[in-house]
Amino acid sequence: MSDLIPIRVTVNGRARAFDVAAHHTLLEVLRDDLQLTGTKECCLVGECGACTVRLDGRIVDSCLVLAVESDGGEVTTVEGLAPEGGLSRLQAAFLDEGAVQCGFCIPGQVMAADDLLGRVARPTVAEIHEGLAGNLCRCGCYEQITAAVKAAAEAGPG
Amino acid sequence: MSAEIGGVRVGDSPRRVGGHGRVTGLQRYVADLHLPDELHARLVTVPVARARIIAIDASAAERAPGVRFVMTAADLPQPMPRFGPQFRDRPVIAVGETKYHGDPVAAVVAETRDAAEAAVALVRVEYEELPAVFTIAAALDPGAPLVQDPSLRPGDPLASTNVLREHRVGWGDVDAATADLVVENRYTFPMVTHFAIEPHAFVAAPDGDGIAVWSSIQHPNWLQKILAQILGLPLSRVRVFAPDPGGGFGGKQHTKYEPLVALMALRAGRPVRLVLTLEETFQAVRRAAAEVRVRTGFMADGTLAFQDIAADYLIGAYADIADRVVGKGSYPGCGPYRVPAARILARSVLSHTVPSTAFRGFGNPQVNWAVESNLDAGALALGIDRLELRLRNVARRGEAFIPFDTPADGHWEQPLRRAAELIGWGTPLPPGHGRGIALGIKSGPTTGLSYATVRLLVDGSVIVFAGTSDMGQGARTVFAQIAAQELGAPLDWVTVVMGDTSVVPYDQQTSASRSTVLMGNAVLAACREIQAKLRAMAARLHGLAEASVGVDRGVVRLPGRDLTVLEVLVPGLGRLGGELVGNGEMRKDAEPDHPLGGSAAFFEFNCTAVEASVDEETGDVTIARYVTVSDVGKAINPLQVRMQDEGAAIQGLGHTLMEHYVFDETGRIRNLGAIDYRIPTSLDLPLEIVSEIIENEDGPGPYGSKGMSEGALLCVASAVGAAVREAIGVPIRDLPLTPERVWRALQERP
Repeated sequence: MSDLIPIRVTVNGRARAFDVAAHHTLLEVLRDDLQLTGTKECCLVGECGACTVRLDGRIVDSCLVLAVESDGGEVTTVEGLAPEGGLSRLQAAFLDEGAVQCGFCIPGQVMAADDLLGRVARPTVAEIHEGLAGNLCRCGCYEQITAAVKAAAEAGPG
Repeated sequence: MSAEIGGVRVGDSPRRVGGHGRVTGLQRYVADLHLPDELHARLVTVPVARARIIAIDASAAERAPGVRFVMTAADLPQPMPRFGPQFRDRPVIAVGETKYHGDPVAAVVAETRDAAEAAVALVRVEYEELPAVFTIAAALDPGAPLVQDPSLRPGDPLASTNVLREHRVGWGDVDAATADLVVENRYTFPMVTHFAIEPHAFVAAPDGDGIAVWSSIQHPNWLQKILAQILGLPLSRVRVFAPDPGGGFGGKQHTKYEPLVALMALRAGRPVRLVLTLEETFQAVRRAAAEVRVRTGFMADGTLAFQDIAADYLIGAYADIADRVVGKGSYPGCGPYRVPAARILARSVLSHTVPSTAFRGFGNPQVNWAVESNLDAGALALGIDRLELRLRNVARRGEAFIPFDTPADGHWEQPLRRAAELIGWGTPLPPGHGRGIALGIKSGPTTGLSYATVRLLVDGSVIVFAGTSDMGQGARTVFAQIAAQELGAPLDWVTVVMGDTSVVPYDQQTSASRSTVLMGNAVLAACREIQAKLRAMAARLHGLAEASVGVDRGVVRLPGRDLTVLEVLVPGLGRLGGELVGNGEMRKDAEPDHPLGGSAAFFEFNCTAVEASVDEETGDVTIARYVTVSDVGKAINPLQVRMQDEGAAIQGLGHTLMEHYVFDETGRIRNLGAIDYRIPTSLDLPLEIVSEIIENEDGPGPYGSKGMSEGALLCVASAVGAAVREAIGVPIRDLPLTPERVWRALQERP
């Protein structure tokens, strides 16, 4: 129904080459073509943050990025945050601080928090709230998510 | 020799069972599952609420590339199968007319989502818009168009009205009661939606001579029953998989599009998936709006003389579970107080809007907002402190505060006093600040049936089979902690299997904050059955009388020495190995003469206290301090309890401060989706949240626990509204307390 366009993207450290439909978003390609379903689909208008991934060093709502725009780029998804089978310090802090209930928003929260800590080593509570304001959590874990980001920051990189 | 085993026990807060998958993205929700050869479905709707469907021309859509077929009412069995948890009123797909904006008239099934999406635009629906009702006033107008066909309500005296049902409960004689002060007001509560971050998702596949259905559903066994009825299959040929939902909050309790998807899969002979958009979830589930009139009689000393409550709930076009919400939600409307005379009349008012369903709090927050606010109005008029007034009236433990129900099952003055202390009740406030305090109560499950099976394997690891849905409340962790404690296993040696009706024994449902108590007791009973087998085994191995052997917290106690479970299990099972199996059952039978069909298994009880300030220029409300204190009996996992309480508080701030559906004149929801419908973000939080619990180990659940997942949401609006009232000096009786509404109240202030 539409022309396919070849793209090359490095996803979680692995070089991938494949054809994408011109209108498909990065979210669709990650979930449907690469089976990286950790990145979640909810609002599709860039408001909920469930589809947050890192593209070329900055986080994006992957529902708002066309897959072709990522051509030549480097993408990190939640699956690429930690060594296989393990947890990053941030992911561990999310569990220890009780920041996870249903979990559906958590991949996006973790990606946004990881980006924040990459920019601000020791964020204040206000900076954490601001940094994660684009990631909705209907379970209402914001206090615990904030505590997890602080704990991870205090523990240092890793 | 001691065989004490370390590790996680009841009362600890280990990492959530299933948490690893949730932080790494490996957790599989329904939309993350793909079946070979699957087809994709999209729904076709019309852009108005109520319309007569004149004709549907799907020929162009069916010729489009990749499209397998378009399903309409004409393609379904006649008469159209209908279903619903209370009334069988909901058709598999709209037949004859649509009844709300989003009511699907057809569904396209195609090889890809793109193809299905493109073909939706090719389905030509000829329709005629019909008069419709979207508000309580319009629905109750004598000339209003009827939402439900009266022929679906044979013998019902209300069949020719839009009142689905009336619920009356009361005691004493309200009309004869005397009072020193009577306060009467009208309060409104908005129509809001669940907004689980996971949109509802459904997959169905032919499975031998039956069907397999995957759904993000809270009640897999109920879905199984409905599918069996509609498809004419035995229960054993309907296999429902219910992967952990990504948030439920009541919105995923009941069957929605699963029958349609199942029928499409059977027609296609292939798997069919339907993943809703967020917008479609707004058109699938919501909370009932309400208008509540309260007349409260007070004596001069602040004691209550009577409560006279009339609550109209605006439910949707199909009943879903909404009428039960109305009956059960209004029932404890007088609150946890000693009220000599009470009259509660609640009506379920049908409208051409999205079917309302269960939503955390189950109809209680609507009446709580009115009644708690009215108590404050009385206290102010009498010159009695609002805390003092509540302390004078709150029922003491054992008091039959609702004469025909479970007596007060907690020391309810404790959370009230503790919350008051934590908010600094009575201490000076900065200018422009106000405080509020409110109590919330909710009747727990009135009936219940949960079975659990526990297997103790030869290496000491454990598998728990429990049909609860873990949608974030943490049931997996709670059951694992119970099994770990009772059978002496490390927590990570316990696996909890849920969400497969062919494998896991029956559970009635995951609702009413029941699972820790009802399924928890079933799991505990199953573990105790295994303990009995271990006792018999130990007695046999050591030549002892069974009565002299005990099993306590995973330790087998013989006279004079302790053994680990494994030290009994391995020799006891012998060379062939094997396992010990225990079954548990927890039943709460119906009481047919009770107004709700059963007394409360427990009451959820919460006290919320708030300090708020208002920006007089903008009307913006800031919550300076938020205190929530729940009586939970016993916290099996204190961290999860705190997460549920704080999460409920933040969710409640949504309907209190910002959330509400906006309709246009044709009944379309104008703020459909995440841009225009705002829920609390990390920037909308109270500046400080304090949550505490009261634990007197006096509940009916394992170790004295009570259910607790909804309590902290019940009186959010009441406490915040009271604080805003004190801050600005005038009451606002309509929610949400948006800046515009607060600003207007400020302008109209005398």
